[in-house]
Amino acid sequence: MRGTGLKRRLIAGAIAGGLVLTVAACGGDDDSGSGASGDGGTLVFGASADPVILDGALISDGESARPIQQIYEGLVGTEEGGTELVPELAESWEPSDDGLQWTFTLRDDVTFHDGEPFNAEAVCFNFDRWYNFSGIMQSPSVSYYWNAVMGGFANNEGPEQGESMYASCEATDEFTATVTLTRPSSTFISALAMPAFSMASPKALEEYEADAVSGTGESPSFDGTFGYEHPVGTGPFMLADPSDWERGSQLTLTRNDDYWGEPAKLERLIFTVIPDGPARRQALEAGDIDGYDLVAPADLGALEQAGFQILYRPAFNVAYVGFQQNTPPLDNLKIRQAIAHAINRENLVRTNYPEGSQVATQFMPPELFGYAEDVPTYEYDPELAKQLIAESGETNLDIEFWYPTDVSRPYMPNAEANWELIRTDLEAVGFTITPKRAPWDPDYLNTYQTGNTPMYLIGWTGDFGDPDNFLGTFFKNPNQEFAFNNPEIHQLLQQAEAETDLEARTALYEEANRLIMEFLPGVPYVHTEPAVAFAEGVSGYVPGPLNNESFASVTVE
Amino acid sequence: MLKFVVRRLLLLGPILLGLSVLLFFWVRALPGGPAVALLGERATPESLARVEQLYGLDQPWYVQYSKFLTRAVQLDFGNSTQTNRPVTEEMARTFPATFELAVAALLLAVAVGIPLGYLAARHYGRWLDNLSVTGSLLGVAIPVFFLAYILKYVFAVRLGWFPTQGRQDPRMDADHPTGLYVLDGILTGNLEASWDAVMHLVLPAFALASIPLAIIVRITRASVLDVVHEDYVRTAEAKGLWERTITRRHVLRNALLPVVTVVGLQAGLLFSGAILTETVFAFDGVGRFVAEAISNRDYAVLQGFILVIAALYVLINLAVDVSYGLIDPRVRVK
Amino acid sequence: MSLSQVEAATESDQLEPGGANLRRAAWRRLRRDPVALVGFALIAMFVLVAILAPLIAPYGPRDQPGAGLITPTTIPGPSAEHWFGLDEQGRDELSRIIYGARQSLLVGVVAMLLGMAGGLVLGMLAGAFGRWVDTVVMRIVDVMLSIPGLLMAIAIAAVLGQSLTSVMIAIAVINVPIFARLLRGQMLSQRESDYVLAARSLGVRHRSIVLSHVLPNSMSPVIVQATLTLATAIIEAAALSFLGLGGADPSVPEWGRMLASTQLYLASAPHLALFPGLAIVIAALGFTLVGERLREALDPKYRR
Repeated sequence: MRGTGLKRRLIAGAIAGGLVLTVAACGGDDDSGSGASGDGGTLVFGASADPVILDGALISDGESARPIQQIYEGLVGTEEGGTELVPELAESWEPSDDGLQWTFTLRDDVTFHDGEPFNAEAVCFNFDRWYNFSGIMQSPSVSYYWNAVMGGFANNEGPEQGESMYASCEATDEFTATVTLTRPSSTFISALAMPAFSMASPKALEEYEADAVSGTGESPSFDGTFGYEHPVGTGPFMLADPSDWERGSQLTLTRNDDYWGEPAKLERLIFTVIPDGPARRQALEAGDIDGYDLVAPADLGALEQAGFQILYRPAFNVAYVGFQQNTPPLDNLKIRQAIAHAINRENLVRTNYPEGSQVATQFMPPELFGYAEDVPTYEYDPELAKQLIAESGETNLDIEFWYPTDVSRPYMPNAEANWELIRTDLEAVGFTITPKRAPWDPDYLNTYQTGNTPMYLIGWTGDFGDPDNFLGTFFKNPNQEFAFNNPEIHQLLQQAEAETDLEARTALYEEANRLIMEFLPGVPYVHTEPAVAFAEGVSGYVPGPLNNESFASVTVE
Repeated sequence: MLKFVVRRLLLLGPILLGLSVLLFFWVRALPGGPAVALLGERATPESLARVEQLYGLDQPWYVQYSKFLTRAVQLDFGNSTQTNRPVTEEMARTFPATFELAVAALLLAVAVGIPLGYLAARHYGRWLDNLSVTGSLLGVAIPVFFLAYILKYVFAVRLGWFPTQGRQDPRMDADHPTGLYVLDGILTGNLEASWDAVMHLVLPAFALASIPLAIIVRITRASVLDVVHEDYVRTAEAKGLWERTITRRHVLRNALLPVVTVVGLQAGLLFSGAILTETVFAFDGVGRFVAEAISNRDYAVLQGFILVIAALYVLINLAVDVSYGLIDPRVRVK
Repeated sequence: MSLSQVEAATESDQLEPGGANLRRAAWRRLRRDPVALVGFALIAMFVLVAILAPLIAPYGPRDQPGAGLITPTTIPGPSAEHWFGLDEQGRDELSRIIYGARQSLLVGVVAMLLGMAGGLVLGMLAGAFGRWVDTVVMRIVDVMLSIPGLLMAIAIAAVLGQSLTSVMIAIAVINVPIFARLLRGQMLSQRESDYVLAARSLGVRHRSIVLSHVLPNSMSPVIVQATLTLATAIIEAAALSFLGLGGADPSVPEWGRMLASTQLYLASAPHLALFPGLAIVIAALGFTLVGERLREALDPKYRR
């Protein structure tokens, strides 16, 4: 989960930030001439990129996750607007006392878009499909989340994989599935709510060769048509015709009239690709689209004034300045403290972030259990910073400071602007900053993960509601991103992940937060509330922290 | 004539060969080496080994080059690291869009540039001349992306006359058998879609047209000045033919020849402009795809696209030369 | 993107050799040409601003007089105190524009000189030796010209990495074939001219003829091309910045980068995108106007 994994997750988190929105185009505007039957109309949503493929197991980016969330469903879901788990395809679930067996009681009224029944056999088919991935399919850049959550496959082929947490799945009866694990885990069930674990039609998976792949792990070529032309799930929307996905420009989803729950209100849901943020705003203002995600802070005022709706997701992310302690003088605690005191975080957040953003004190957002109110804090105090530098005994104060280009994340809408403010603050207390930058993907992500960016800007958006998704990802094991080895911190986080009692876990994570902020492996500076914008007349979209919003309840006037 | 065409075709060979050599060594000069450049920096040792074998990277460079050439001739440029699809498929998807845009831009530039150049010549040295020359040069001095932003802001965002981005209204149901959206609408009998595609073309085409405009104005102006002083025009004037008749019959026809040449030579230039214009208007063509390939370090795409674009450019010039040779026999001798 | 590329391909033979007399006459005509005068004025303004930047800029390029005042949606526009308003970091936009002129001038001049030097070497090789040298050099030039300029610059910048130096080299390289073809055309036409034939028949050495007669007499169109190249280099540098391939230090004001990065703030501060854009247009227009009118003044066709 470190290395490539972390990178992938960052991307995924960021993507999630751009998740889902339901907007229905007004009936009046709908000049498609398709003879739309019934009510609902069409919603056009501006996406920042085309989906990679419509197969949840094979993606880790938010622009793929958004439509996948509409087409597919998992065994469990999350409450609207929150991180609590709720039943989805499973009506209920129960772990055994030793935490190794999970029994899922399934809904009995669900069919896939192709008419195939959803049952325990379908559930086990999906789990066994993932577990038996081979060759290129095992590459962390193909099946990122399975790698990250389960850690291995039936037959591991890569050096990165270990023993799989997943052992087996059994269809105890038609609508009861039992999943057996090799070790207890406090994160297994939360992770199942991610699109990576959504249920696909076994028949379509086989018929359209979902696992036919060639090329290389980094540049796989999916030769089957499942994920491109026949993504068959159980969700409220579906790809009605293979030609409805015009690769590179737009994806049109159609309402699933046989949905087991309340059918979607929209007739059609269109995702159209507009890579440039300001261009998405302009398209919304001009009426070309009905809504979009990843609204830039600078656009919020203008959009609000013009009568557009701005919906905010709870702050479920963190942005921080990372240190790599393999590079002096960053291995010196006094220097790290000096940097923390030198950065005017209030000014940074006010200047570059929208109202409502919070200055961060630790590496996870306050919404999560385990957040500690009493961590060591570092007030803006340039004089104290200078004094700490003097005490540190370091004379070489040259630091390479990195930031990414070609990227906009909810926690980091304009990395260059953040970088410039921080640089000014640091040079004011005596550091000499060497500017370094690289395009986000793949150059920047790769460089910082291999420990070649002494000081750098990065951040994280949570995938599911567990502190392990933040602290564990960063610090559970020694890694090159932070380049330190502090057994006390690593062991505490490993212990917290294996612990199943919530109260005990909370205490462990609070303690970890205090320890981490004392050790100061980086300077967290902001939690933001990512914004989604809609035209007037769009309603029913409930923004959530995990960016996994459903468009099913959205209506357009 | 045939000899002329054959001679020009023979020239094509060395150029394409030189290009392939250049691109071959370019990928090898990229940071990290060819395998990393083509796979991305996340590549695992196994995939690197696989690609090294595929491209014969462990063999002497001339063996590698001949492999590269063989694949290039078969139009096999590998997969895009952005979309995981074959580079050739991406070309087939994006070229029609850019072709449509370039044709629209050229038509606009000719429609505006020729009258402007003619006017300038007819008022040589006077303020109308200075004005049209300065105006057309302003088009050269404005960065294309700045002009594109301004056009979009004023005519799409503020005035709402045109869509802000894309090639087609997402709500429009339209089939695209050829990928040329305007033509597609006509072919499928969906004139509404055709009109919608035209509206999407207007602003990007104007932005792109600013580049060839200045050259067309200058060439037209120069040719008209040339022709006006030729004996036959003076004779015509002396015979008392109306200015308008002279214009149509003699001046414009002769002045158009060099313009045709120049229009052919704009292809490469238009392409550079298309990278910027398509990016601003999220116009799903070659330019935008290449711009994204740049920021995603998709070198497989860049390598394939550069080779094909350059080859097209050379071919277009060949076609222009040949057609020019057909029109004007003097060229063949040269 | 490069206008000059097409010109190199089409028009080198339209330009006639210009001797010293012709140049003097051209200069006289240029001084009476209103379009050229406007161009000269724009160039003068641009160059003066670049040279005198520290004297005329009200603030340093990294000073933040507006620190603490700025939020993403409140970026003060032009005022009496800050004529061009503040930027998204609370810096004085006018001062940034003024200092940005230095970068543009530097990139333009260095890229032009490098490109010209490279082109001169290739063109002289081809023009002076002829035969197979000529063929080889000109095929290389053909290959270089077949790649669209911006695409070639991108490819080069990708190899060299993100820095101002690689921007200058990339732009220089795309101008090499243009100068090369231009100069070769000139030298070929000079080689056949009477005075060269005369000199040769008098036994003057080949190198000496090239250096003392052919080259100087080929310079007029090169000067024209150099002027135009300054304009295209400024625009090309802006385009590369726009595509994320600009200089390494974001705190150093660069018009292209300023124009690209302020697109994010278009909704709350449109002035931030306007001023760098206008600055580029003014600088590029100055060189374009002068270059074009100079070309015309040197062209015997227009001497009527």
